[in-house]
Amino acid sequence: MDIKKYVIRQISIFSENRPGRLAAIAHALGEEKINILAFSIAEANGFGVVRALVDHPEKAHDKLLSLGFNIAFTDVIAVHMKDQPGGLYEVAKILGDAGINIEYSYAYSGKEGAVLILRVDQIDDAITKIKTSGATLLERSVFH
Amino acid sequence: MKCWDPRIEEMPKEDLQRMQYKLLKSLVYRLYSFSPFYHDRMKEQKVHPDDICKLSDVQKLPFIFKRDLRDNYPDKIFTATKDELVRYHVSSGTTGKPTVVGYTQNDLNNWTTSLARGLTSVGLGRGDVIQVSYGYGLFTGGLGMHYGAERIGATVLPASVGNTERQIELMQDLGATAIACTPSYLLHIGEVAEKMGVNIKKDTQLRTGILGAEPWTEGMRNRIQDWLGIRAYDIYGTSELSGPMFTECAEQKGFHIWSDIALVEIIDPKTGESLEAGENGELTITILQKEALPMIRYRIGDITTMEEDICACGRTHPRIQRIQGRVDDMLIIRGINVFPSQVEYALMAIPEVGEHFQIVVERKGALDDMLVRVELNKESFSDKINEIMKVRQKVEHRLRNSLNVNVEVELVEPGSLPRFEGKSKKVIDKRSM
Repeated sequence: MDIKKYVIRQISIFSENRPGRLAAIAHALGEEKINILAFSIAEANGFGVVRALVDHPEKAHDKLLSLGFNIAFTDVIAVHMKDQPGGLYEVAKILGDAGINIEYSYAYSGKEGAVLILRVDQIDDAITKIKTSGATLLERSVFH
Repeated sequence: MKCWDPRIEEMPKEDLQRMQYKLLKSLVYRLYSFSPFYHDRMKEQKVHPDDICKLSDVQKLPFIFKRDLRDNYPDKIFTATKDELVRYHVSSGTTGKPTVVGYTQNDLNNWTTSLARGLTSVGLGRGDVIQVSYGYGLFTGGLGMHYGAERIGATVLPASVGNTERQIELMQDLGATAIACTPSYLLHIGEVAEKMGVNIKKDTQLRTGILGAEPWTEGMRNRIQDWLGIRAYDIYGTSELSGPMFTECAEQKGFHIWSDIALVEIIDPKTGESLEAGENGELTITILQKEALPMIRYRIGDITTMEEDICACGRTHPRIQRIQGRVDDMLIIRGINVFPSQVEYALMAIPEVGEHFQIVVERKGALDDMLVRVELNKESFSDKINEIMKVRQKVEHRLRNSLNVNVEVELVEPGSLPRFEGKSKKVIDKRSM
């Protein structure tokens, strides 16, 4: 199995926790015609980390870097969930049973169902376990 | 390292002190006789020129302060006539009314000689191109350095401050080998150069920096030297002394204070008593040869120590160490003295954060609250919140250890703290607002 095709490049951006920072990031991406497919903000006393899946991660990285942002790539995976009660449980249980820790996660629910984005401590194991348990992983090509 | 004037620079200490005593004695006689200001001050202090019988008798003389210059604005203390004055400089007046300094031709010559000795002591001379990126004008930095550099036969590039991209182009095109500016402006030049795709280390001939006019630290020196591939030397002076006057030599072990020009004392800022060599206190300077605006026991307000041992370079004149802070910049946080330079020093040792910082002091309830804002470096940003939290805790821990005060740290985006092209203002004290 080609594990790599399920590894998705998320961009993570350090942001001060003050008005206008998200707008600055979003404006820069909009200017470059970069589409945001999913995103979340993690907040910690005084600063935050904006995490996003975009259609052109390299372009987003270079643009934000040129504006002086602290930005890093992070490998994540995306799992298809049933958009119904118990859908999250099915995916979370696979990883829990396999002893794989979820560092953080966020989700979106779209036209083609719900998707759970996961940052895990053992990404290769997670991909194998999810595939063998019959759940659907989204390929990188779905995003970029 | 060769000397500009070996006879003076390597003169045995006893001879230097004998020379200082003679100069002091004649200065005191002259001022007692011809300066109403100093005459009155000496009378108040109940000291007469006849009481000055040895060099250490300088301690009998009254102090003068910045406020004396302000109170006598613009030229009431001057002891030269208008005919004898050849130049004015005016200080920025950031702490009140500006102060005016006048110069006779001899004053300018002594200033220039002092710098010629200093620039020679760091290895500069004929064939060097010195980019003077201190402000030209009322500020003493630009013109002072300009004449000092010309005196040693170097070629001056009078760039002044600002228009940084052009400065970098000229630095490359004209092969500047040295730059004189504030350390924060040099950091700014380095950052702009990087954005322009210019590597100062590889793409220019720059190898010497003469940096001053604001406090900086040993850590900042190391960072500048490694990053830009130059030797960075500290320079000291204030407009009241003439301007930038004293530099380090190639040893980088403190400023040589030329004894034929200035008599240095380190005093306890509270009691005014003279301290021994090596003790930390307030720098007090008597300029032995100054005609237009004489300075006796001028309390500059800078905190430092003095070293009397002979420097490895062979120069016999005393050295003062890097300025550690200002008596009036000193913040008192919950009863503890804190100097912004201590914060800078602590931050320099932490690779995860940048060199720019801002201190915000507030009073929350009855207690002082000190916040330090510092930029998180690009290399140390990870996606993980807890790792960023660890950086913050590390900075808080280090600052608390070196300042003995609880400090809250705020990590900010790189490039977001203000850069200053002149004297840095790094403290926002909301208690006084």
